[in-house]
Amino acid sequence: MNSAVDVVTDEVRKRHRVVIRFAGDSGDGMQLTGDRFTAEAAAFGNDLSTLPNYPAEIRAPHGTLAGVSSFQLHFADYDILTPGDRPDVLVAMNPAALKANAADLPAGGVLIVDTDEFTPRNLAKVGYATDPLEDGSLAPYTVHRVAMTTLTTSALAPLGIGKKEAERSKNMFALGLLSWMYSRPTEGTERWLREKFARRPEIAEANVVAFRTGHAYGETTEAFAVRTEVSPAVLPDGTYRQVTGNTALAYGIVAAGQRFGLPVFLGSYPITPASDILHELSRLKRFEVTTFQAEDEIAGIGAAIGAAYGGALGVTTTSGPGLSLKSEALGLAVMIELPLLVVDVQRGGPSTGLPTKTEQSDLLQAVFGRNGESPVPVVAPSSPADAFDAAVDAVRIAVTYRTPVLLLSDGAIANGSEPWRLPDAGELVATPVAFQSEPNGPDGQFLPYARDTETLARPWTVPGTPGMEHRVGGLEKADGTGNISYDGDNHERMVRLRQAKVDGISVPDLEVDDPTGDAQVLVLGWGSTFGPIGAAVRRLRAAGHAVARAHVRHLNPLPANTEAVLRSYRRVVVPEMNLGQLAFLLQGRFALPVVSVTKVAGLPFGAAELEDRLQPHLTDDERIEVPA
Amino acid sequence: MTAIDLGMPQLGGLDLVPTADDVQKAKDYTSDQEVRWCPGCGDYAVLAAVRSFLPTLSIRRENTVFVSGIGCSSRFPYYLDTYGMHSIHGRAPAIATGLAISRPDLSVFVVTGDGDALSIGGNHLIHALRRNVNVTILLFNNRIYGLTKGQYSPTSEVGKVTKSTPMGSLDHPFNPVSLALGAEATFVGRAMDSDRKGLTAVLEAAARHRGASLVEIYQDCPIFNDGSFDVLRRPDDSESRVIPVVAGQPITFGNEGRWAVVRRGFGLRVAPTAEVAPEDVVVHDPADLELSFALSRLSDQELDHAVFGVLRQVDRPTYDDATRAQVQQAVDGGGDDLIGLLHGRDTWTVRDGAVLPHTTTGDSAR
Ligand SMILES: Cc1ncc(C[n+]2csc(CCOP(=O)(O)OP(=O)(O)O)c2C)c(N)n1
Ligand code: SF4
Ligand SMILES: [Mg+2]
Repeated sequence: MNSAVDVVTDEVRKRHRVVIRFAGDSGDGMQLTGDRFTAEAAAFGNDLSTLPNYPAEIRAPHGTLAGVSSFQLHFADYDILTPGDRPDVLVAMNPAALKANAADLPAGGVLIVDTDEFTPRNLAKVGYATDPLEDGSLAPYTVHRVAMTTLTTSALAPLGIGKKEAERSKNMFALGLLSWMYSRPTEGTERWLREKFARRPEIAEANVVAFRTGHAYGETTEAFAVRTEVSPAVLPDGTYRQVTGNTALAYGIVAAGQRFGLPVFLGSYPITPASDILHELSRLKRFEVTTFQAEDEIAGIGAAIGAAYGGALGVTTTSGPGLSLKSEALGLAVMIELPLLVVDVQRGGPSTGLPTKTEQSDLLQAVFGRNGESPVPVVAPSSPADAFDAAVDAVRIAVTYRTPVLLLSDGAIANGSEPWRLPDAGELVATPVAFQSEPNGPDGQFLPYARDTETLARPWTVPGTPGMEHRVGGLEKADGTGNISYDGDNHERMVRLRQAKVDGISVPDLEVDDPTGDAQVLVLGWGSTFGPIGAAVRRLRAAGHAVARAHVRHLNPLPANTEAVLRSYRRVVVPEMNLGQLAFLLQGRFALPVVSVTKVAGLPFGAAELEDRLQPHLTDDERIEVPA
Repeated sequence: MTAIDLGMPQLGGLDLVPTADDVQKAKDYTSDQEVRWCPGCGDYAVLAAVRSFLPTLSIRRENTVFVSGIGCSSRFPYYLDTYGMHSIHGRAPAIATGLAISRPDLSVFVVTGDGDALSIGGNHLIHALRRNVNVTILLFNNRIYGLTKGQYSPTSEVGKVTKSTPMGSLDHPFNPVSLALGAEATFVGRAMDSDRKGLTAVLEAAARHRGASLVEIYQDCPIFNDGSFDVLRRPDDSESRVIPVVAGQPITFGNEGRWAVVRRGFGLRVAPTAEVAPEDVVVHDPADLELSFALSRLSDQELDHAVFGVLRQVDRPTYDDATRAQVQQAVDGGGDDLIGLLHGRDTWTVRDGAVLPHTTTGDSAR
């Protein structure tokens, strides 16, 4: 099918990077289309970054603005950091998709529309008084009017499948067309379609034909004579695959189980955008992974605590509202000092908030959101691929220090994807956990709350170990014996011990990226702002500014050098997708001024947007002005 | 078609738990912690019964775990020298579920109260029963919140005057046995704190049952709900009220069996034995759900009658056995190793500054 070479009129233009946005009705399969194009880009060796954006409703009313679903993909021949601010190409499958996305398309951008959907009724539904295809309002763009629906249905007519089914394949037409325009390999997609619909070969065939029809349409239509090529990106040496954050996180949990020689037990209750971790792990039982879909979030963490008590790697996954429900049980895990991994894939809040949109507003809840002095280590991945390492690291902390650990991902990381340099076997060496099976106290006594002098971790002794029978629980423990104690001095000691244990967790120092070495301003981020901050700082540096940056992975405890690093800059700017939670934490911890740059619009910062927001803080003015 | 017996091995509740080498005694199960219930509390009697019944199971002490919630009764695990967790209010069934799934070699008990199990933890209780997780749940029903000093509970009778209901409580109580039956429980029993023999028999059957067992224990709280079960204890009152049931036996009770349980419509009623034909006396069958339910409805909130013993017992696959079987099946089925999983189907390699063509592997389950 990929017969580009024989096309005489073929003309190829080279580009370093392209941003494509597929937009359509939530029933149009735009996420699938975007995913597939992403896989093609990955197979080709481009660097890439993606941003799915979809409504919370499964099928919002057809053709409405509320029902628009989009998928943006940025692919390049060099290392990129974000899914791109504005698309170079917008594929709009209906008037609603056009209306919701046109403002993001820069002048000169390419717009591809399915003209079949531009009916008076559909136009009226989204409030277009006149047809934008006719009224000149699209003049700034290069518009390709393609009757995708009819082209697809007529190509599929010989297959004799129903009209509805045939129409449903138009997303594959769009994918075929874009695959031609960007010189993408096509075999992978055809194979993937045949596998995906293996049980319904006629549907597989329809999709393959639609895909080929779109591809051929590009090839034979004069308007598309120019193809664009984006060469593979030369990333650091290694073997790569494309991965989403949720998948990488799930794999990290499996790898951590293997590393520490523990069977994985996941207790979870479905919630967007965390459910895919549950789905993924449910398919990985062959790695001794047990998944338990509980009756609610409390039971999810409860069962994980029970499994941890029994000697498994207890894990629970959720999003903000679920984390609220887990608070009390998380406190129990703090008190009984057992390893536990709690994953919060943050979304817009409060309450049910914006289930499908990203935010970083659970940070303070993660660090402080429990009754009593209840320290919990907090780790945050910075990108989809990094979710793997962050999960393994979080489990390392949990197991080494016998503590629950919170892993704070977010919607952008969970659903976004990028190339992942795969660890090799050497990086995955197993270091199995040793359970305590011998008495550790005087006279052959077992002291369940005696601590390791270095880590302050207590022994992990599992039921079934003879002679070590003991009780744990949420009431305050007597130091050493773990018996109930209401003694004030003991409580004071235990509160301070639990705090000291978490404060003493070994985490790597903060690394500062300051190429010129003379920057006065440090941009400090955490979590998924990694990409946008990196891209914005690149732009600022290209414009001649000296800017340093650093990224916090360990939010509790903070790296030991954090204060020293912050104090060595005249100004510290912290961009976050909340109203300044890390800024608040740093100011409280170190009593130093921090400039907060915030956004809670459901989407990550764009590179240009963040550049603009950082710019005013790069002046030499020593006084720090926090915008009111 | 009649049901075919496939000769499937029938596992008992304790069959995967290692047995003890030596003869054990109640003393072996007694921890060094001072018991701190109020004098006269019914919990003492239950503790004594449990301490002496555990050795009779002949399983290893270290393979016995008691998980409790919060309440007076939930202090139970501290007083037993087994493994134990005194957890948080209402959540013990969830915690025990995770433990039971991951450790088939343990005998897992849950200790809970009427508030713990039926108010805050109602959700976990019904789901543990529905799933039929292999745990034994001891529900201490004193019809009051003891630990928080005497508020009414979901089993308190309507009109109960407590600190939080000075004009009398308004809400209709749960009948824990009916609730458990409605929640698809495979084992439901009831016993009285002071009836050592009856309690021991029900507890033993519950522990040996494979699946979730719920045992409702009527327990006196002399401090906040004194004498709440006295009508079932005083010989003259209890004679016409206490109905012990035994599988396969006609249900008669009272002095010389002068009362009998007979059918009435879809339910049951009590009649003088002398006035009914012997073949009309109901024979107890713990596998007959409708009968078990009707028996549970003989006890209303006024305790005119109360059925004790094993009301229901049937075999149904347990959630934890089935879960482990699925994992085992997947492990046995093999597939790629960890490196294979991480790589998935489509990878590409960058070497010495060049991108090598991508590779696709055909057989990955990814
Ligand atoms: C989350 C939470 N809410 C409330 C309480 C207070 N509390 C402790 S025990 C209890 C009721 C216990 O009643 P029950 O389960 O009947 O146990 P009993 O004390 O009667 O044995 C309450 C409300 C608590 N410990 N935790
Ligand atoms: S308050 Fe009641 S239930 Fe609690 S220990 Fe005292 S007597 Fe027992
Ligand atoms: Mg009670």
